[in-house]
Amino acid sequence: MADTGLLESLLRLLEKVDGGTDSQDVAADLGVDHQVIVGAVKSLQALGEVISAEQKSSKHWELTGEGREIAEQGSHEARVFNAIPDEGLPQNQLMKMPSGKVGFSKAMSNKWIRLDKAHEGGPRVFKTVETIEDAVRDKLQLVQKGQSAKLEDKEKNELKKRKLLSEVTVKSYWITKGSSFSTTITKQETELTPEMIASGSWKEKKFKPYNFEAMGVAPDCGHLHPLMKVRTQFRQIFLEMGFTEMPTNNFIESSFWNFDSLFQPQQHPARDQHDTFFISDPALAQQFPQDYLERVKKVHSEGGYGSQGYKYDWKIEEAQKNLLRTHTTAVSARMLYKLAQQEKFTPVKYFSIDRVFRNETLDATHLAEFHQIEGVVADYGLTLGNLMGILHQFFTKLGITKLRFKPAYNPYTEPSMEVFSYHEGLKKWVEVGNSGVFRPEMLLPMGLPEGVSVIAWGLSLERPTMIKYGINNIRELVGHKVNLQMVYDSPICRLDS
Amino acid sequence: MPTVSVKRDLLFEALGQKYTDEEFDELCFEFGLELDEITSEKEILSREQGDEKAEGASDVVLYKIDVPANRYDLLCLEGLVRGLQVFKEKLEAPRYRRVSPADGGEPQRLLITEETASVRPHAVAAVLRNISFTQERYESFIELQEKLHQNVCRKRTLVAIGTHDLDTISGPFTYTAKPPGEIRFKPLNQSKEYTAAELMSLYKTDSHLRHYLHIIENEPLYPVIYDSNGVVLSMPPIINGDHSKISLKTKNIFIECTATDLTKAKITLDMVVTLFSEYCNEPFTVEEAEVVYPDGKLCLYPELAYRTETLSGDFINKRVGINESAESIAQLLTRMCLRSEVSGEGDLIQVEIPPTRADVIHACDIMEDAAIAYGFNNIVRSTPRTYTVANQLPLNKLSELLRQDLAAAGFTEALTFALCSQEDIADKLRKNITETRAVHISNPKTAEFQVARTSLLPGLLKTIAANRKMPLPLKLFEISDVVLKDETKDVGARNNRRLCAVYYNKSPGFEVIHGLLDRVMQLLDVKPGRDQGYHIQAAEDSTFFPGRCAEIFSCGKSIGHLGVLHPDVISRFELTMPCSAIDIDIEPFL
Repeated sequence: MADTGLLESLLRLLEKVDGGTDSQDVAADLGVDHQVIVGAVKSLQALGEVISAEQKSSKHWELTGEGREIAEQGSHEARVFNAIPDEGLPQNQLMKMPSGKVGFSKAMSNKWIRLDKAHEGGPRVFKTVETIEDAVRDKLQLVQKGQSAKLEDKEKNELKKRKLLSEVTVKSYWITKGSSFSTTITKQETELTPEMIASGSWKEKKFKPYNFEAMGVAPDCGHLHPLMKVRTQFRQIFLEMGFTEMPTNNFIESSFWNFDSLFQPQQHPARDQHDTFFISDPALAQQFPQDYLERVKKVHSEGGYGSQGYKYDWKIEEAQKNLLRTHTTAVSARMLYKLAQQEKFTPVKYFSIDRVFRNETLDATHLAEFHQIEGVVADYGLTLGNLMGILHQFFTKLGITKLRFKPAYNPYTEPSMEVFSYHEGLKKWVEVGNSGVFRPEMLLPMGLPEGVSVIAWGLSLERPTMIKYGINNIRELVGHKVNLQMVYDSPICRLDS
Repeated sequence: MPTVSVKRDLLFEALGQKYTDEEFDELCFEFGLELDEITSEKEILSREQGDEKAEGASDVVLYKIDVPANRYDLLCLEGLVRGLQVFKEKLEAPRYRRVSPADGGEPQRLLITEETASVRPHAVAAVLRNISFTQERYESFIELQEKLHQNVCRKRTLVAIGTHDLDTISGPFTYTAKPPGEIRFKPLNQSKEYTAAELMSLYKTDSHLRHYLHIIENEPLYPVIYDSNGVVLSMPPIINGDHSKISLKTKNIFIECTATDLTKAKITLDMVVTLFSEYCNEPFTVEEAEVVYPDGKLCLYPELAYRTETLSGDFINKRVGINESAESIAQLLTRMCLRSEVSGEGDLIQVEIPPTRADVIHACDIMEDAAIAYGFNNIVRSTPRTYTVANQLPLNKLSELLRQDLAAAGFTEALTFALCSQEDIADKLRKNITETRAVHISNPKTAEFQVARTSLLPGLLKTIAANRKMPLPLKLFEISDVVLKDETKDVGARNNRRLCAVYYNKSPGFEVIHGLLDRVMQLLDVKPGRDQGYHIQAAEDSTFFPGRCAEIFSCGKSIGHLGVLHPDVISRFELTMPCSAIDIDIEPFL
């Protein structure tokens, strides 16, 4: 910081003027270098509203080093002229003078001197006039006094060409009194201290202003994973809609519950080794509800419940094969079977969000495991219109209101509908989920009453999360290759905004 | 979902109407199809093999249309056009008829010998008479067989189709099975004869056929069909003989389908003949063929069975959520190729299911077709009145609450895979795989999917390894399921919800992890103490550094471990800094 004496001098000067002053004038008035005043202005600005200073730039003429020399000692030609005595001077001697060369030719062209080349003892220089007027020096002295305005532009440019003058740009400040102007300086405090609060001294102190442009210090905290944040929201939506959470904590499932109970035939491509992870240890499931298993076998191989069946040789060995469940619908099947064992049917709404597994080809948007979101409603007399209505409510909570439905095929639902929503960004309809009404061949063997319909829908958790958080490669989101910085930086999840 | 590729202009010509791409896309959407891609052979070639190869290829516009997996009747241009025309009420669904040979002659006969029983026991057959092929029709006929092979025929495992120029062969035909060395013929598009054994090695390198070899490769007898002169028609499910191959000029076609699943064979045959009998002199008629089983039983094919279902208008209305008269529902169904009439008894509707609609096996399938014809998007959306009270699964509720507080305690949540390699859960953790109680996957494509994880620790350590550039310390946690073998469960395994956290820094930070345990116990309202509380006591665990591991007990029961990881564990996960960890079972706190 500039010394307090200077600062106060500056402030006293400012006190006397109306409307403000230029820092260059202050420098001239106080007789100090302009840069010192610039430093003082910055120090005063840091004190808060004592002064206000606006930077401006101005051009002015200044003498060069040579220019200053001339202003002091006279121009080269004048110096040459003055060096010549009445009896003249040998030219070679004159040329040895510091100003000799330049001064000689200028003095010659001014016709102040003449050269006698034929003089005995070599060429000799003589004055031609008695007195001279050193105009160059006079002009430079004007500039030096700050009166360059008295010179014509042509003259200044002439001197600039001779490298005696230069035009310089000066950054200076226009200083005016600030809102808390005072001519005395108080030292600034950086922070409020307990002592200041106790003594009340904070009232008299000035505090150094904060830089509000800088970032704060990151809090030392943990972070929730974005996919799990989205899961929490979906869970919340289901709970808001009155859905009860299903126990999906069983990744290992039998083919029976994963496929057969859903009326998915044993030759179905999904049951292929290429699509499903089978388990070698423990390879087979035991303990099926025997009479239910018989009904499932019958509806597959012979039909019944109004169905033609698939008419093939259904094998228990195939149903026993353990696998990593390919959908959480396996759990829905277990839950619906359990519901059917109740003495009296009660309507239910179920949901789950959990991992499922597919032995598929992996790419930027597909992993071998992902989270399936599933909703199921079982009640008497549910219609396809009801399914669309509930889907509309569900997707509205996700901020999606424009829906339409496309007929589709799924082995365990009929009708089956793909859910499309209008994507404002892409300007087209995109698939956002799948839905349908469970087939009677699935429900009736479980023992559910004839008039009960079960509607259901599903979608993946990863896709809406990737869209929400703008992630293109699923590996950056799920699994150990996650980018932790992304986890740290991810905002809270509000699906409807 | 199968994709059918059709030439746009040909499609529009057959539909008798031009559409813009958007209009056709809309029509598909309404009908349950999807216009997946608009392209050309040139574009496909250029994309797959580069511009050079595409030079000179056709730039005729192709529509790639996704067809529902159960609609085999839509797997070619002819089927799509017929379905859409009937849907748009521009055409009445044709009636398919099985006829006897025109001149009162004997039908073609296919004899099945008992040798086929062990390998491919079923066969069905039919004849298309006086068919007129054009280049396009011929290509579509070949393409349909391929689509059927890939779908209903399950890559030829269930059914294989053979089509033959009947005028080059003479019945009766024999379907038998023979040792591969005894079968010898000139296969399709080859110039010389091979034995079946030679063919199997010849096709090992065939990009198309090699996928079917496994179906019979290890059988002692291979299926084969001969004509009465010993000419080989085909060696299903691999290849046909060259002798009887069909061409553009073929007039009469003998079609045989051999199968391991008779139902699917009948469906396949019905599809081929219904879709292409359109081009017979007498359209939509198919000449019958006799199939004689080893036991002498005689069947006539194709079945071309029409079935009638009776259901009420009320049933449709109630299931769909509409209110239409029985007449109008009958009309809707007729548009879906299900010819329907009001029976006159109340609001009962008689629905005839044609042989092309093998997918209709229950009244709910009929109900869906009524809804499609009505238009899914014309159905009024309504909220079900189902009243229920929501419940959280207690285990998930506990996990959700703990997650929030672990993050508040300064740990960041990781989300790692439930599947991993054996090495991850055994060698890398200095454990023996047999003591892990791990569930093993029989068909992993890579080592990443060998087992279900038995611990959350490997996933967390791998997450750190992938984020070594991040500033230290790294504090991570995960609350999720591991899978353990459990003989008391029907599937022999169960999930176990665990909490795992790691601290990775220049110093091991055991006190940090220990502090986290104290905090978790505080959150679970378990006080420090030996009996009713929790305590830790020194333990040996090969994953941890000797003398730096403790077992955690809550209410006298062991719930997990904490400690400083063994340096070998750290380096096996490609880490360089000391690391401490905690791993506990949270199910006892339910």
